[in-house]
Amino acid sequence: MTKETKELRVSAIKNGTAIDHIPADSLFNVINILGLDKIDNTITFGTNLDSQTQGKKAIIKISERYFEDAEINKISLVAPNAKLNIIKDYEVVDKKVIEIPDTFDKIVKCVNPKCVTNVEAVSTKFTVVDKNELKLKCYYCEKITSKGNIEVV
Amino acid sequence: MKNKSLISINDYSKEDYLKILDLAAKFEANPVQKILDGKVVATLFFEPSTRTRLSFESAISKLGGKIIGFTDAASSSVKKGESLKDTIMTVANYSDLIVMRHPVEGSARYASEVSKVPVVNAGDGANQHPTQTLLDLYSILKTQGTLENLNIFMVGDLKYGRTVHSLLIAMSHFNPTFNFISPEFLKIPDEYKLFLNEKGIKYYEHSDFTEYIDEADIVYMTRVQKERFSDPIEYEKVKNVYILRNNMLENTKDNLRILHPLPRVTEINEDVDSNPKAYYFQQAENGVYARQAIIASILGLDI
Repeated sequence: MTKETKELRVSAIKNGTAIDHIPADSLFNVINILGLDKIDNTITFGTNLDSQTQGKKAIIKISERYFEDAEINKISLVAPNAKLNIIKDYEVVDKKVIEIPDTFDKIVKCVNPKCVTNVEAVSTKFTVVDKNELKLKCYYCEKITSKGNIEVV
Repeated sequence: MKNKSLISINDYSKEDYLKILDLAAKFEANPVQKILDGKVVATLFFEPSTRTRLSFESAISKLGGKIIGFTDAASSSVKKGESLKDTIMTVANYSDLIVMRHPVEGSARYASEVSKVPVVNAGDGANQHPTQTLLDLYSILKTQGTLENLNIFMVGDLKYGRTVHSLLIAMSHFNPTFNFISPEFLKIPDEYKLFLNEKGIKYYEHSDFTEYIDEADIVYMTRVQKERFSDPIEYEKVKNVYILRNNMLENTKDNLRILHPLPRVTEINEDVDSNPKAYYFQQAENGVYARQAIIASILGLDI
């Protein structure tokens, strides 16, 4: 019953994707990572909604837009517990959970100030060396950027 | 390994190391072989490193290759604000191989991505210096007759010393025992201890030279740099603790050899130099053969 009420705080969409259980303070990072500020689709979102499991949460609903796993998994950096509802004709036809991918390209800043990616115009590339602790190894300087230091570019 | 850049010691397998070491021995037996005739090697030193540069240039000269390049960034177009990418893409047109030293970490990997010719990393900041590691391996193999089951002591700055870290990773293929001797705040970083634990390799940490040095096969000395210390009093306290002196070698094994990546300052007393166990100058000579072997392997040249 409560769940339904919450869903309705962000109005329903006919077709598209609803991303739920985003930590409220990660909303704009998710928008940034998925490039939602650069597309023309109708997007509605709500934030600082009460959540039974994680304090304040945010929801984003994107009309007429579906995501490849590789694309959506990028948000595991900032919203590891996010859940996706795939909506067709106002019905949830599929649910997906976020998984941490093996690599992250372009979206994370290397923690090492002496790394070439922070000096020259070079996009970052990381291999995930530890999925539980979220440790990323820089392809260039080989230093580890870990959970507490992750900054989205 | 043909046409493959050498950027990090992690790029090469145990078999790759052994192939290079085998080739280095052939170059040592017959150092002047004009297999680079007609080839141009660029040595781009964005920061000065006289020893490494001269060693590379000696290796290239003995192979009959021509050298172009610069010895520090001040004498290149970098000073005019040219990006690394532009410098590398331009120089790749003039050369068959680029040897590069740069203070920025990861710069060599990036150069290898934009260059159409292979790149050899001659040091990228505190990150990697793989040709040093290969010459260290060659020196160990040559003096011990094997790389397997050796007891290796590493002394000095084990926190920032990249030569120590790379050698540790390379030797991990050969079932070593490590003894680390360093001041408390220059101890070997946890990530390397975790790596050794995962590999099941034995290691021991000491805060000063110990009687266990009598069990060493290799003592790898490094410089404890004054600038690492925020408190000059701390430096004065520890600076004499990590000095190797000739009388400390009295009861050591006959096969023990002392290595040092050089330059040495005070950490090996000069009275060690005449001891047959001192090997650091021969080690520098081995660098020429190791670099000949690396260049020949990458350019796919047979000898």
